[in-house]
Amino acid sequence: MFRIVDKKQFSDKVYSLVVEAPRVAKARRPGHFVIVRTGEGGERIPLTIADADPSRGTITLVVQAVGASTECICALEPGQCFDDLVGPLGRATDIALRGTVVCCGGGVGVAPLLPIVRAMKEAGNRVVSVIAARTSDLVILADEVRAASDELIVMTDDGSLGRKGLVTQGVEEVLLREQVDEVVAIGPAIMMKFVAELTRKYDVPTICSLNTIMVDGTGMCGACRVTVGGRMRFVCVDGPEFDAHQVDFDEMLMRMRAYNPKP
Amino acid sequence: MNTLTDRNAAWREELRSAIPAKERAAIPRAVMPMLAPDVRVTNNDEVNLGLTPLQAVTEATRCLDCADPGCVQGCPVSIDIPSFVKNVQRGRIDAAAAVLARSSALPAVCGRVCPQERQCESKCIYNKMKKAPVAIGYLERFAADTARETGAQPTPERAAPNGIKVAVVGSGPAGLSFAGDMARRGFDVTVFEALHEIGGVLKYGIPEFRLPNCVVDAELQRLIAMGVRFEKDTVVGKTLSYDDLLNEGFRGVFVASGAGLPRFMGIPGENLNGVLSSNEYLTRINLMGAGRGAMTPVEKGRRVMVVGGGNTAMDSVRTARRMGAEEAFVVYRRGSEEMPARVEEIRHAEEEGVTFLTLHNPLEYIGDENGHVRAVRLQKMRLGEPDASGRRSPEPIEGAVTEMAVDQVIVSVGVSPNPLIPDCIDGLEVTRRGTLVVDENLHTSIPTIYAGGDIVRGGATVILAMGDGRHAAASMAAALT
Repeated sequence: MFRIVDKKQFSDKVYSLVVEAPRVAKARRPGHFVIVRTGEGGERIPLTIADADPSRGTITLVVQAVGASTECICALEPGQCFDDLVGPLGRATDIALRGTVVCCGGGVGVAPLLPIVRAMKEAGNRVVSVIAARTSDLVILADEVRAASDELIVMTDDGSLGRKGLVTQGVEEVLLREQVDEVVAIGPAIMMKFVAELTRKYDVPTICSLNTIMVDGTGMCGACRVTVGGRMRFVCVDGPEFDAHQVDFDEMLMRMRAYNPKP
Repeated sequence: MNTLTDRNAAWREELRSAIPAKERAAIPRAVMPMLAPDVRVTNNDEVNLGLTPLQAVTEATRCLDCADPGCVQGCPVSIDIPSFVKNVQRGRIDAAAAVLARSSALPAVCGRVCPQERQCESKCIYNKMKKAPVAIGYLERFAADTARETGAQPTPERAAPNGIKVAVVGSGPAGLSFAGDMARRGFDVTVFEALHEIGGVLKYGIPEFRLPNCVVDAELQRLIAMGVRFEKDTVVGKTLSYDDLLNEGFRGVFVASGAGLPRFMGIPGENLNGVLSSNEYLTRINLMGAGRGAMTPVEKGRRVMVVGGGNTAMDSVRTARRMGAEEAFVVYRRGSEEMPARVEEIRHAEEEGVTFLTLHNPLEYIGDENGHVRAVRLQKMRLGEPDASGRRSPEPIEGAVTEMAVDQVIVSVGVSPNPLIPDCIDGLEVTRRGTLVVDENLHTSIPTIYAGGDIVRGGATVILAMGDGRHAAASMAAALT
């Protein structure tokens, strides 16, 4: 069960794993995530689904090694298995014909963005994608996003690929030049916060996908709670996508530091 | 009639006449041997050690074997209590275990976690005689444990397989009880569990010092031996849709997905770091092994406050002591009389050095510069006049607000039904509270779907969930055969 059939290295710490999970491959929609667990005493780690092939019964996960558990996951080789993989979890993205949609992704957030880009395009939208990373080596899935979009803007902090600047600059450029009906933002919480602040100024509806701390991922523990529009919501069952203009990002950023080493 | 349960069997009449009732009634109730409090807060070992064989036989002797036993009426799964107790008395533990197995899929669990003082034992004739009731729970545990440890564990008699496939959503007490009863009737049963361990609340919720995992696993092995299949990592409604289940040939579905969502109070500071639900705290520690070498982290608070007065609150506060809390408090807005937790759990918590702040209610949490809780403001309460339900409701004492330093807060004020199943199955009728609507046969608004346990009750006990499992099994079996 949950055998890894293919593995690619995207950058220093980012890997793509193709995993056998036939039921998940069949049931998943853009926006869904899974929880994986590996090894005796392993943690439950939520990962968004980057792609799926129902005919082969596989899903693609893109993982960044940021801690002990994700390092274990990235060390898995084809032929090895996850002990557990459950999903698809969360609510799927609300895909509809909106007009022009800007899909922006930062770092590893481009992976879950890709299926949304494809689905938004398929639904008849004009899709302008803006993907960003610190440097060219960390830009992932650019070809795939380009192929699925009407236009792709690549931004890097150091200008080593595409244009120099932050994701918000790329998004603002599009907002200034044309009518945009929706923005989808996926990436680090701080990036989504700044995208939300930008699009609020332009009054463009914006969806973000939150990557909070989770344990069970099915609504049971409440570790993933966030404040959205003044209400407590659970990312795992009410999300992971929310109206970015309603999310209390400062609280979320604070909560994501809960298990960081004490200062 | 079966001689194990026939009250008029010769062996049983002999037991009744061997010692006069008056003499039997003079025997004091058994005292459960247990670990010393200062030892148990240093480890996760089970606190109650179980009766010795001599204690068990003596306790079983106390039972007067009433012609019209009240205890059976007090049992949500209608265990034939006098029959198993009398089999314990005559030393036939295998027979006692066989009697238990007819009514309960999880006797070793129930013997530990049932609130017997509110159920079977509250109906014991001894209460009317102003004496302590027969320790039915201790005896149930003794019989189940002894049978397991000596290999005398019975696999219940099973009807010939009828080839009818039924699915169970959730492997907690309701689901397991349903699965056992349906397997016994010859159905082909598959239990789907969302988590990576089977057992539901028995694994993620109830700590090992109250219910060791090996006890739960042994009960699960028995269900597997009866032909029940378990599929973990499967969320019905997500991994498999209801239509997928129908397409796979399942003719009935029992939804026992549990209560799910933890409730919070909606007070300022509740989202500070260091404030978490009892579900999160217990899941990290019990299911994930946090704090005991596994990779999942958990904070080990030094001054820990638990909000709430139920069993989950007691499990949390006692866990906090075991995780190294120097001071652990229970804050409850009513008085100690009103606490819903079992008396035994409250007593054990007190023995373990837990401080109870009854008639206190948190108003606000105060954080430090890093967004971590450092203090709580507590409102002192008093009990007002009885309300319509006869319960005296707590009311704030004006101006009586204190601040207390805490570095971890565990919120244990109940759960709301998990919306996952109702959201994923069209046409499933829910109440205003989000629980599933069922009729007297536990039948939902969809003909093939039954439901029970906390997804219907909204937050109850293991044994009531098990009772629902039995009840739903009887209803579904009647409908499908």
